[in-house]
Amino acid sequence: MNYVGIDIGSTASKVAVRGEKEIYFVLPTGWSSKETTQIIKEKLKAEGVDVQSDNTKVVATGYGRIAVDFADYVITEITCHARGGREMAGDNLGIIDVGGQDTKVILVENGMVQDFLMNDKCSAGTGKFLEIMANRLGVTLKELFDMAQAGTVLPISSLCTVFAESEVINYIGEGRKREDIAAGVVDSVAAKVAQLSQRKNLPKRVILTGGLSHSEYFTKALSGKIGQTVEPTEKGRYAGALGAAILAEEKSK
Amino acid sequence: MADYRKMWEDLGMDVETHDQLCAVLPQAFGDVYLSQENRPEGMDYYNMVVADIHGIRPAELIEHQKKGGKVFGTFCVYVPDEIVFAADAIATGLCGGSQFWVPGGEKVLPTNTCPLIKASVGARLDRTCPFFRIADMYVGETTCDGKKKAWEILAEDVPVHVMNLPQMKRAKDVQAWAEEIEDFKKVVEEFTGNEITAEKLAESIKLINAKRAALERLYETRKNENIPISGSDALLISQIAFYDDPGRFTQMTNKLCDELEQRVKDGVSVFPAGTKRIMLTGTPLAIPNWKLHNIVETSGGAVVCEEMCTGTRYFERQTAETGTTVKEQIQALAERYMGINCACFTPNSGRVDDIIRLAKEYKADGIIDVNLKFCNLYDTEGYFVERAMKEAGIPVLGIETDYTDSDAQQLRTRVSAFIEMLNK
Repeated sequence: MNYVGIDIGSTASKVAVRGEKEIYFVLPTGWSSKETTQIIKEKLKAEGVDVQSDNTKVVATGYGRIAVDFADYVITEITCHARGGREMAGDNLGIIDVGGQDTKVILVENGMVQDFLMNDKCSAGTGKFLEIMANRLGVTLKELFDMAQAGTVLPISSLCTVFAESEVINYIGEGRKREDIAAGVVDSVAAKVAQLSQRKNLPKRVILTGGLSHSEYFTKALSGKIGQTVEPTEKGRYAGALGAAILAEEKSK
Repeated sequence: MADYRKMWEDLGMDVETHDQLCAVLPQAFGDVYLSQENRPEGMDYYNMVVADIHGIRPAELIEHQKKGGKVFGTFCVYVPDEIVFAADAIATGLCGGSQFWVPGGEKVLPTNTCPLIKASVGARLDRTCPFFRIADMYVGETTCDGKKKAWEILAEDVPVHVMNLPQMKRAKDVQAWAEEIEDFKKVVEEFTGNEITAEKLAESIKLINAKRAALERLYETRKNENIPISGSDALLISQIAFYDDPGRFTQMTNKLCDELEQRVKDGVSVFPAGTKRIMLTGTPLAIPNWKLHNIVETSGGAVVCEEMCTGTRYFERQTAETGTTVKEQIQALAERYMGINCACFTPNSGRVDDIIRLAKEYKADGIIDVNLKFCNLYDTEGYFVERAMKEAGIPVLGIETDYTDSDAQQLRTRVSAFIEMLNK
């Protein structure tokens, strides 16, 4: 048997396979979740996993989860992230997931989701904010983080991405160093994520998942703002897909 | 659907713009309501009321005016309908539950005003709500800052009487509210030319009590393990309660309750066994705001109770019928109305007690604390609500939303995740 978890995020789509095969891959979601879903299906077939076979169980999650027409189950990203997070760090933990359009805080107690929180319909404190600012500075996300580490934080105080962007434009106009602006951008995201996280009583152990999860620089900034350690995770971007694959196995038993 | 265009034109409405609303409402109603399975037959009446919500009832109100009667438009569960009906006048709710009216309100109000106020002001100024056109007088109250200023804007072209609702619940505040009701009585008497006698007031107290009792009976059926009516349908009835003729509404709702009670005896439920029971608490859901109920009930949940102005705050507790003088009756009204727990009071711990009590009575598995965007009072009070629920061991999800559909997917994710959490 193969158990497939497909996490269609707003920016990236993540796939995890467990069972006979063990596969992980990620691809950009692009403009159509439906098309991305087809590409995933073909890619899996090439790897020897037929999603339509009786020997394969599929759980779809993420904002594009309904587009996965061959899914056996559809489960929200909160439940899937919690399951994936447990696999990575145990049954009692807090998960902070900075995604492309949503930032989530999930509290897991004895293996169960106890509480969760998502950001409002606003891109501040999400990957989208970083993407917009990196574009504005003419660099990639990776370059933005590299530059930020060499810079000194310039304050960006606006709570709104659009206004924050004009703050960045002002800094550019003033001829400030790109490194300092980049540091300000990362610091601003960390501050907003921390603000959201602090609305809940975080447990002792907290991990970061999502596209930034491997960044020690970001987890350090975040830990500083929250006042407790947030651990980076190597495969954190796959937390939702991995959780979905595990749930596919658990649900079919 | 009968043709009401002539009536709307005579009311001075912007019929062309109003047509746009008429064009989308049936679709929205069909999607949310008519798609439900195994609805009680008694819902036919409410379907009909909604189908012609800007036709049938407005025509009745106009008929009443032709006979020399007055119509009072009200916005809030604190305004005592009993006074209005005792003067042979009619109290009716006004429009304010659709995004359709919001841009009109934003022309004059700050953007960070709650959608309920923006929609109401927009419906009035854009002339797209027959109830606003018909009402001879609007009765406002001081339940929030946004409303207080909105009355001043509305008062520029229609008489407005504002009742000064106290913001604390000491004995002297109840007295102050009794005096406000006394003043309101004088205003209504003068405006209608009809004296409000103890006999008339006793009659209208009975009339409104009967309406509340019918709603209470309806809600009682939702406490059963087998839920005989969906939350969406119950919400619709609560919403219509603000507009309909009270006598007829009571009769039709009691008739529906006969059917629902039979369903309870027969073990009929509109939800599969084990569906998670969700209680909503927070800001009002004015017609046609069915968004959250629809999302919950199409995401594997059942709404079993609304601790809201469109819900338990409207009908819980009766007015004592023992008063024999107008003074005693007004005292009884003041005590009944001051028992409502709105976030505009400080402190308002009674509401937290209500929520915990209702959660037990309705066997709620989880609570969704709903806040209309920019309602500072309920938003801030959410801090206590969520903390108290945690202490009581009741899972709670806080949601902030407005009348637009742009956040429907995000809301669906949160609500689905909440229900998945409860299902474990």
